[in-house]
Amino acid sequence: MSLFLIVALPFFGALLPGLMNSAGRQACAGITFTVSLTAFIGLLTNLPAVLAGEVVSARVEWMPSLGMNFTLMLDGLGFFFALLILGIGLLIIAYGRAYLSRKDNMGEFFTYLLLFQGAMVGIVLSDNILLLLVFWELTSLSSFLLIGYWKHLPEGRQGARMALTVTGMGGLALIGGMLLLGQIVGSYDLSVILENRELIQASPLYLPALLLILLGCFTKSAQFPFHFWLPHAMAAPTPVSAYLHSATMVKAGIFLMARLWPVLSGTPEWFYIVTTAGLITMVLGAVIALFKHDLKALLAFSTVSHLGLITMLLGTGTTFGAMAAVFHILNHATFKAALFMSAGIVDHEAHTRDIRRLGGLRHLMPVTFTIATLAALSMAGIPLLNGFLSKEMMLEEATHTVLFGAPWLVPALATFGSLFSAAYCFRLIGHTFLGPVRDDYPTTPHDPDAGMWLPPAILVVLVVVIGVAPFLVQDFVFLVAKSVIGGVAELEVKYIKIWHGLVPALFMSIAAVVGGLLMMAVFKPALRLWDAAPRPEAKTIFEGLIARLVSLAEGLIHGLHNGAFSRYGAIAAVTIIGAGTYAFVTGTVGAPTREMQPTTPVALAGWAMLVAATIAMVFLHRNRLMSLILIGIAGLMVSVGFVFFSAPDLAMTQITVEVVTIILLLLALNFLPKHSPVESSTMRRARDTVLAIAGGLVTTVMAYHFLMRDAISAPISEFHLANSYKGGGGTNVVNVILVDFRGFDTYGEIIVLGIAALLIYALTETLLSGPVRARLLNRKPDQPRAGDMHPTMMVVLTRVIMPVVLLVGFYIFLRGHNEPGGGFISGLVVSIAVVMQYMASGFNWASARLRYPYHGIIGAGVLIAGLTGIGSWFVTKPFLTSDFTYVRIPPFQEFELATAALFDLGVFLAVVGAVMLSLESFSRLARRAHTPDTEHAMDIDPSRNDPATPAKGGL
Amino acid sequence: MELLVASAIGVLTACGLYLTLRLRTFPVILGISLLTYAVNVFLFSSGRLTIGAPPILRDNIDSYADPLPQALVLTAIVISFGMTAVVVMIALGAFLGSDDDRINDPLDEESTGSGETQ
Repeated sequence: MSLFLIVALPFFGALLPGLMNSAGRQACAGITFTVSLTAFIGLLTNLPAVLAGEVVSARVEWMPSLGMNFTLMLDGLGFFFALLILGIGLLIIAYGRAYLSRKDNMGEFFTYLLLFQGAMVGIVLSDNILLLLVFWELTSLSSFLLIGYWKHLPEGRQGARMALTVTGMGGLALIGGMLLLGQIVGSYDLSVILENRELIQASPLYLPALLLILLGCFTKSAQFPFHFWLPHAMAAPTPVSAYLHSATMVKAGIFLMARLWPVLSGTPEWFYIVTTAGLITMVLGAVIALFKHDLKALLAFSTVSHLGLITMLLGTGTTFGAMAAVFHILNHATFKAALFMSAGIVDHEAHTRDIRRLGGLRHLMPVTFTIATLAALSMAGIPLLNGFLSKEMMLEEATHTVLFGAPWLVPALATFGSLFSAAYCFRLIGHTFLGPVRDDYPTTPHDPDAGMWLPPAILVVLVVVIGVAPFLVQDFVFLVAKSVIGGVAELEVKYIKIWHGLVPALFMSIAAVVGGLLMMAVFKPALRLWDAAPRPEAKTIFEGLIARLVSLAEGLIHGLHNGAFSRYGAIAAVTIIGAGTYAFVTGTVGAPTREMQPTTPVALAGWAMLVAATIAMVFLHRNRLMSLILIGIAGLMVSVGFVFFSAPDLAMTQITVEVVTIILLLLALNFLPKHSPVESSTMRRARDTVLAIAGGLVTTVMAYHFLMRDAISAPISEFHLANSYKGGGGTNVVNVILVDFRGFDTYGEIIVLGIAALLIYALTETLLSGPVRARLLNRKPDQPRAGDMHPTMMVVLTRVIMPVVLLVGFYIFLRGHNEPGGGFISGLVVSIAVVMQYMASGFNWASARLRYPYHGIIGAGVLIAGLTGIGSWFVTKPFLTSDFTYVRIPPFQEFELATAALFDLGVFLAVVGAVMLSLESFSRLARRAHTPDTEHAMDIDPSRNDPATPAKGGL
Repeated sequence: MELLVASAIGVLTACGLYLTLRLRTFPVILGISLLTYAVNVFLFSSGRLTIGAPPILRDNIDSYADPLPQALVLTAIVISFGMTAVVVMIALGAFLGSDDDRINDPLDEESTGSGETQ
């Protein structure tokens, strides 16, 4: 089966359990099992190739520009891990079916499990390290979901969060390390990286890359000092613990160390960091495990200890160490998963995992007892079980390892760790299963159905078979070890045997087992000593650290972002001015290349009006109506400036937008207070003045420098000028740019405009349907009202002028392609014509004559523009390619027909709709407030002089 | 001429900034409008100043103002209308809902207020 399919199957299969959830638990578990089994069989179809020493690969270019390709490869190591992941996964699914209670949502559980399985398979089969990182993060996420599966338990949530924080942090470091590695080699493909041992180890970036990668591996594989998250992750359902935290996920770090072993190992840095971390983790985990009373906590720390053992073996950098590591990964996966499942059975049946409340289960649960005992004895290193073989190899390797110049150090610590390891295994057996039957179990336990004990039993069969007949797996272990080592060195073939003769490792093994038994004899006083000894509690430290980080971040955020808009404004202004000034001062500015153009009196007058109006606004801004007039002057002068500087289109747009903006602000001012009170202190006003003047100065200087120099390279406008007529069929280059060269841009903008108008409409609707409505209805106008609501002169004038304005709009639209004008401007002009009707004749009068809703007009505009663009697909041209032709219909002159005009029609409609919808929304608020608005225009407000109407009391 | 335009941009920016830092919604909106003018004129001036040569193609003339900044600013003007309208609506909604057109959260008023008196 293709490697892609093996990786993809669990991911796609993850959709199924959720769908099958309602079909019953059997169907749900069955479909999950089927998916995993298919992937497993698919993997096995690749076995012959792997056994033949080939590397199966599959490749799809994904983002070649980033060096990120979907490349998968399957060699001995990848096959070994994939086999563990999928094989144990099958057993876990079967076990989980029996383990989960009816209250648990099985579909959700199996969905997460399959997601995790897919991510894990992805890690071990990735040939691209960036791809590997993606899968790596996916395992962190899916394991977060699995650990926190029992959402109602606070321990579950805390454990999940801690696991995600620690492994996520490590994942971040790993990304950095992998990118460095890719930088060194110049490729992100593992197969290339693994070929470049010398290049990598000679690089100055080797050490940072190594440290970052190891940080990722150590956090994932719970190595000291990051070991603390694993025991807290035991709040997960037991199948999860058995799967993630013994057999697979925690081995991801180990896998990566093994995968990169050929290029990273063999240096003193690797040796000291990895071996020391592994050794400390092994001893520490074993000692803590002995004194844990929770079965799963004991197993968790024992897992930590065994992961340390494997890490240490990889750290030694010898081929024998690598082989021993591979063998121990296999053995540990079998006995530890079986032990976790047995612990789950005990918990499931006796409703407690506390060793102090257990004992004597041997008589009540003979099957579970047999399974757990065999697995535990294997873990303790008793001969004829597989744990003995790999532990012996570890001790053998330890006797050859010299750390910090002390040849006795590693063997002594290894023996010490093994002693505690044996002790906790004996405690597990002795205190749980042996001893007299008690009468105070929470519920009386008995052996579960075969569905629960069969999966661990299968694993225990493997434990015994490998233990008795190691030659069965020997060749496979050699194969995997060879792919770990890569081409770096020849594997020193040492046959795996039960009896090696009277070697030091044997004596160390005996010492460990005997010491473990003695330890059990003095367990009670040792426990008292342990409880009395002060120990740092990792969870408290971790949470304290997190709390400090959070308060630090909060202090920073609340200082900058405290809900005061004027503070954000000031901070942003200071930052921009500061950064800009710094860039300006440190950068270089060439000499001016342009002559200053002479100033004309007209320009000076316009400038004076603009500056006077703008500055007056600051001084008169408390009178809001006055400031509105002043901003009108400023806007007018800007428009005049545009005309003066050869931009007629801009001037037309600016002046029409100015009109609608002022109308809009007037409508708003109808409700808002007419004056701004003095609120800020003199200090604050002085501060703002300084800031404002600084901002004004830097922009002046920048604009002046800018204007006095030519562009450093030829602007692309040359292209537009040259092709406007030839390619776009129009002589108004600005319009051709809008509807043709940059048509897609314009298309986006009319959509934005439409969305803004719809947003205003929605806000109005919300306001009018909420409590504001009542306030509006009860509101009294705060200003005296005009005597005639609809002055006759104005009504007549606007109605007469309406067709004229529409004609002007039509004319501006039509000529837009060749002369100043176009959709935007004519849309604004037509809007003004309609708004005038609203203003003069009243809302009711105008809206009663409204044929088409404005939403529809916006929609039609966007649709027409979009369809025009799509039209070019039919002649196999890209979106929005325009075309034009000249036609002549007698008796008219020859005129031009361009698809761009159709696009411009869309722009026109969208602008009209958007402007009108905004203004209409505002005036709807007004209509609600001042109640009597009659259908009849040209009337005198009948209520005005009626003293009985309290609403008009303002007069 | 260049100095006039540059200083006009500066004045618009300065006054816009000052008004943006006020404490009520209406002046802030007007301040943002002034900043919009400043930005639009600045962007427009990136095509440099040309007098009497609009980018309307004519026979026998080959010197035109830069059309690209004009096209970009044209859409910017229309979009800024949309933005102003939305902001005004939000300000209006907030005022109608709470009878208060202050721009800052009341809680922070106090904290900034105490900071100012120190």
